[in-house]
Amino acid sequence: MIRTQRAALLAVLSSALLFGGPALSAKSESEQAIDKYRELIADGNPAELWEMEGEELWKKKAGPKNASLEQCDLGLGPGVLKGAYAQLPRYFADAGQVQDLEMRIAYCMQTLQGTALKVADYNKADHKKVIALATYVVTHSKGMPLKVPQTHGEEKRMYEIGKRAFFYRAGPMDYSCATCHNADGQRIRLQGLPNLTKNEPAGKAATSWPAYRVSNSQLWPMQKRINDCYRLQRFPHPKFGSEVTVALSVYMGVNGNNIPSQAPTIKR
Amino acid sequence: MKKLLIAAGALMTVSGCALMQPDYNKMTLDVLKASFESKHIATVDRLNQDALQAACSEAEMSGKDLDPTLRKKLEAAEMASIKFPADGKFFGDWTKAEKIAQSGDGHTWKKLKAGVQNGGNCYNCHQITKKELSYGNIGPSLYQYGKLRGTSDDIVKYTWGKLYNAKAYNACSNMPRMGHKNLLTEQQLKDLMAYLFDPNSPVNKD
Repeated sequence: MIRTQRAALLAVLSSALLFGGPALSAKSESEQAIDKYRELIADGNPAELWEMEGEELWKKKAGPKNASLEQCDLGLGPGVLKGAYAQLPRYFADAGQVQDLEMRIAYCMQTLQGTALKVADYNKADHKKVIALATYVVTHSKGMPLKVPQTHGEEKRMYEIGKRAFFYRAGPMDYSCATCHNADGQRIRLQGLPNLTKNEPAGKAATSWPAYRVSNSQLWPMQKRINDCYRLQRFPHPKFGSEVTVALSVYMGVNGNNIPSQAPTIKR
Repeated sequence: MKKLLIAAGALMTVSGCALMQPDYNKMTLDVLKASFESKHIATVDRLNQDALQAACSEAEMSGKDLDPTLRKKLEAAEMASIKFPADGKFFGDWTKAEKIAQSGDGHTWKKLKAGVQNGGNCYNCHQITKKELSYGNIGPSLYQYGKLRGTSDDIVKYTWGKLYNAKAYNACSNMPRMGHKNLLTEQQLKDLMAYLFDPNSPVNKD
């Protein structure tokens, strides 16, 4: 199925390139082709496979404590899934810190099931379960307005740090997040780059992940999205769940508040 | 004595303010240091900003332009970093440049395969040839660069300087300092120069 989708992308793109006319119209031609392609595949987002796996993992007893995750408190009370993702990241008194969805799931796996995730195993082993679980959780907020809270002092502090981290230029290429995400209509190659300082694009971007990426057949959650942005910025490696990744999610989320949640989505 | 007292009073007021408002800049630095780990050549010392990076981050966050005096000072320092080709030859082999312009390899968390050079990432931000439609728009179009600008000494030198260290001309330019930061070799820069100026290169011919 995925192979067919790739073929569809190539077909649509190459027809746009062959009959695309002068190079100056590349943006509209190719981007239209990509939009058309997204429409073609939107009905069958392979993220559903992760969602199904996530539901199983949520309900199944597992780990040294042989417990399910059904009593996990994602911020709206133990076991409440509906709308929980739309209010993350938030401060959790039990953990004493602001956590994003992936960190909160990892926290529940640790406390309820007794399964400790190794930071170094990011995107491997049990971390893959976090991605499936995150996909399951976000579907329960689809269409609901984003409401990332700013009531606790720690939530406000994380916003301020996220804002500064967003504009922080460093490394051999002098890039910050803002290099790509502080203006409208920018692209790297043909990839559109949301302006994360503005409400609508920030809200859409903040709630786009987990997303199924057709180009590499992977499901990427937000931690992985931010991780790869930092790779492209030529920064050192951000640790899973590190404060900077959560602070950036808070910054993006608060900027995007009130925009309906979209995840899980499908990307090029 | 009176002056001293006034100065001390002023200092106290300043530090009083500092106590009341949390120092988010300091907190951010601490958070960055705790959040990253070294991987391959991308070591944590990359988090340390130079004066230009710090000034541009601040200006961009506030949405205000750099103070003109500071801008002049920063640009002069960057200008002084520009090294022109030792042999006086600005142009290499344009046939090798397309590969450099296409490639985004290098400077990340992975060791490059033997024989692979760092890429220029040029197409990520620039239109360059007519043929390559997958180009970004963060930088200006370079299509027909030489054809439109000619090959006077001034434009050739300026273009070398811009490739070598774009910050010399615009302190907070988004373009990396390709020569100054050793992102590309002198030979790669020469190949790109030929690409931009040679009338037979696809930049100008098509």
